[in-house]
Amino acid sequence: MKPQSYELHMLLSETPGDEMKDVIIGLEVHVQLNKLRSKLFCSCSTQYHDSEPNMCTCPVCLGLPGALPVINEKAVDSAIKVALALNCNIEEQIMFYRKNYYYPDLVKGFQISQYDYPIAMDGKISIEADGEREIRIKRVHMEEDPGRLIHVGTIDRSRYSLIDYNRSGVALLEVVTEPDLRTPKEARLFLNKLRNILEYLDVFDGSLEGSLRVDANISLAGGARAEIKNISSYKGVEKALLFETVRQKNLVRRGIRVAQETRHYDEVRGITISLRTKEEEKDYRYFPEPDLVPLRIGDRVDDIKRALPELPDAKRQRLVKQYDISDHHAKVLTSELKLANFFERVATKVDANLSATWIADVLKGELNYRGIGIDAFSPEHMIQILQMLKNDKITEKGAVQVIRTILDEGGAPPEIVKRKGLLKIEESIITRAVAEVIKENPAAVKDYHDGKNEALHFLMGQVMKKTHGRADPSMVSKLLKEKL
Amino acid sequence: MITKKDVEHIGWLARIELTEEEKEKFTKQLNSILDYFEKLDEIETDAAPMHHVFGLTNVFRDDVAKKSMSQEDALQNAPKKEKGCFKGPRIV
Repeated sequence: MKPQSYELHMLLSETPGDEMKDVIIGLEVHVQLNKLRSKLFCSCSTQYHDSEPNMCTCPVCLGLPGALPVINEKAVDSAIKVALALNCNIEEQIMFYRKNYYYPDLVKGFQISQYDYPIAMDGKISIEADGEREIRIKRVHMEEDPGRLIHVGTIDRSRYSLIDYNRSGVALLEVVTEPDLRTPKEARLFLNKLRNILEYLDVFDGSLEGSLRVDANISLAGGARAEIKNISSYKGVEKALLFETVRQKNLVRRGIRVAQETRHYDEVRGITISLRTKEEEKDYRYFPEPDLVPLRIGDRVDDIKRALPELPDAKRQRLVKQYDISDHHAKVLTSELKLANFFERVATKVDANLSATWIADVLKGELNYRGIGIDAFSPEHMIQILQMLKNDKITEKGAVQVIRTILDEGGAPPEIVKRKGLLKIEESIITRAVAEVIKENPAAVKDYHDGKNEALHFLMGQVMKKTHGRADPSMVSKLLKEKL
Repeated sequence: MITKKDVEHIGWLARIELTEEEKEKFTKQLNSILDYFEKLDEIETDAAPMHHVFGLTNVFRDDVAKKSMSQEDALQNAPKKEKGCFKGPRIV
């Protein structure tokens, strides 16, 4: 590539708003099918997260001589489910291949993967960036997870690695996008959407460590592309891509050509570093895996399709229609299957719009603030709170306090309302407090009549103080204005 | 035509160190193997590609987890181990 012209140089450096326009990103997302009980080609358990290293292995996933792989039927069905949800064409017949390379995380010297005849191709999903964007899926294929390398120190400095093969052989699905993503943020939105779909399908638990790993290809328009390997967190993807965008733009600005290379994302330091590998696709010497026979999967597809659950986009539309709630609320509520289920449970018992507001805006905010999931809150408690709110038993402020108390200390709504004295007080008590406050603050009353609006706020504050914050503010305001 | 450079590259992919004599020898041998394969081109065939020699399809296993090997057994053949892990060289 030629060094940048002065004009382009100025454009790149002076229009931060357009900074991302010429960035091209494609992702290879590896997700573990971790709802399966056993690995892809052997019967070792996938529940290794709490075990010691190398406690979930057998001759197959340790690659011992003579061991033979047998494929997990449910893994294939799960992969078909995903492919259908990503609107892909499912292949009639699929095959497995050996991908040959030497690396300590790979026991056999090859990884059983797919090459020609992958499970599915040509799909698409939509994300909501600045408007709706369609991201094409190039292919979806199955493969086995390698073991886990524990580098002592950072990857470019450690002298040896420790290897744990508990993960070796767990079923992975690789989802490859076309280079349709334009910003690191879009990459994050895509991953969120993918995770959401996978969790709706009940094939994936994204909260488990190492359940998702991403390789990202990124280039500036017209430039060479860098492949960033093995980004292992959702946030890491956006950060790594932002770093890489800036790095490539800085090179271009200084008139240096961006090299086509593989880079590693260092999560701790937040930077990407060159790995200087010399392997290209042909070096993997793919050939058909002789230990696994071809799978004819065409006749399974219809049954699986019929049994597909409602997916996020469809659920969002249905919630809007069925409960007459805003599209924004429906979007938030369907961003997690558990949250959507929670909402539906509550909305059938109390006002749906009230439920949507309190779950999507208030409860979700309180959960996010504490970094916890919806599991921490019972729908029955939400129903009780909203019923009390609807029946004018507690104020909105009181309802928020009940939610916070449950999250921070535990307990049930009626008991908390009683213990914290949150029961909304009756009009007669407020009326009395209003009369007292007017009597005790003649100066403020005069100010109010002189047109000073702050005086009303002061008087309201005094009434709230007298009623220990349990009076309904709108009621206080109304009564005060009447009496003044 | 396989060159000495190809042989060096293949050796690197397999992490095998080759002497100069071996490089010469394997270059010759690999070329003669390739020449032999070219004989296949002489056959005229319109048969469909064969994907597997058995002609079997759909050999599956149920998704049932069974007991694994002990850590001790798993590490039995490891030349070096540390903290329940295999210990290997850094390769990047």
